[in-house]
Amino acid sequence: MNNNPQLNKHGELQHLLTTEGLPASILLNILDTAESFVGVTERDIKKVPLLRGKSIFNLFFEPSTRTRTTFEIAAKRLSADVVNLNIAASSQSKGETLLDTVDNLSAMHADMFIVRHSQSGAAHLIARHVRPEIHVINAGDGRHAHPTQALLDMFTIRHYKRDFHNLRVAIVGDILHSRVARSQIHALTTLGVPEVRVIAPKTLLPTKVERLGVHVYHDMAQGLKDVDVLLMLRLQNERMLGASLPSSEEYFKYYGLTQEKLALARHDAIVLHPGPMNRGIEIDSAVADGKQSVILPQVTFGIAVRMAVMSILAGN
Amino acid sequence: MHLPDAEQLLADLTGRMRPEVSGNTALVGIYTGGVWLAERLHRDLGLTLPLGTLDVSFYRDDFGQIGLHPQVKPSDIPFEVEGSHIILVDDVLYTGRTIRAAINELFDYGRPASIRLAALIDRGGRELPITAQYVGATLALPQHKMLALERSNDGKLGLSLYDKSSPGQ
Repeated sequence: MNNNPQLNKHGELQHLLTTEGLPASILLNILDTAESFVGVTERDIKKVPLLRGKSIFNLFFEPSTRTRTTFEIAAKRLSADVVNLNIAASSQSKGETLLDTVDNLSAMHADMFIVRHSQSGAAHLIARHVRPEIHVINAGDGRHAHPTQALLDMFTIRHYKRDFHNLRVAIVGDILHSRVARSQIHALTTLGVPEVRVIAPKTLLPTKVERLGVHVYHDMAQGLKDVDVLLMLRLQNERMLGASLPSSEEYFKYYGLTQEKLALARHDAIVLHPGPMNRGIEIDSAVADGKQSVILPQVTFGIAVRMAVMSILAGN
Repeated sequence: MHLPDAEQLLADLTGRMRPEVSGNTALVGIYTGGVWLAERLHRDLGLTLPLGTLDVSFYRDDFGQIGLHPQVKPSDIPFEVEGSHIILVDDVLYTGRTIRAAINELFDYGRPASIRLAALIDRGGRELPITAQYVGATLALPQHKMLALERSNDGKLGLSLYDKSSPGQ
């Protein structure tokens, strides 16, 4: 029926590796399920017994605080047992291969792996390798994909804008190195957003980015006109030292989101950012803390969305 | 098979519950049929505490067999559960497993003073020691049949009988 490594033979989600190629019905099912988990996270007892007795391993081969923590909280609120492995500091530095690490943890009866890796395709590799009862969630692989971030962005957009079918969405910043941007573009187009724009200097755009179905802008004043949703990207400081950009001051001047630039978008536009933010580089504090910012609700919704993904996978 | 009229059963159930409710009675409907019934009971009994709704999907004991229900609805308990007197409302009482899940979920909101159960139909077949205090009618049905409450566009309730095609309901 399909060659999508994310789906089982019934067409259900077996692993979540990328938003690319997933049908709208699966994306919407995740968002709808997450709606029910929002209420759970607002109660005194923020826990349901769904994944009681399941073992979930957070395999982080690359540093991350927020993503790892929100996955950990999500798993705990589903009553799963969570083990955090900071691999950069353990076996891999002793020379163990990625799949040997996974095999050892599988021998400890892992039910789910949450994988963050600097190499694109790492989560796919693990998903193809593990036994069929084990589920894999990609928590970011290289420049490739970060599907749960994109899904929590979609949840946040739907929460504030209700419907995807009449929106103009602009993704602003370092598209070239961003796994978040790729996952966002696939999710937005699948969910029926009619106009997705990317705004960035030429040096931070992949070649032929138009093939993904986006409109390309190099100028904020043009790109932000009539936009409903602004998806800001983190500018990775390490890129600044390379040839991509002359200086952070100059980047802020042209592409940093200030109140003045935000005023070019629709008056009710919302501003999202995956964090961690570089204040004064890609976003001004007045915007980050302003009334159009939904950056902190994104974090809260992120837990509900990750609970939804884990419980759907564990049930399939 | 002749099925009883759901509207008539609801009227009987409402009459039976009326002397038993007061200003501090909280009503909680279980999705989907139980919520329809609870909405009607809440209005017709003139209850003042806001109506609660439960989707017990996150508390079901068959998650390991059948996974997560594809259309989970958010549970909403808009009153203080701690110390409250709750009547759970469901359409069909059968194995008792849904009610077990609902009671567990309620306790994650607080410790109620009491929980009672109202069901439009009790079809027997209990697998847990659970009983309803208020019942519209009891009905013996073969195991392979599934009884469902349905609501028409004008809000009228009716019962339908199906052949069970898959395990679990």
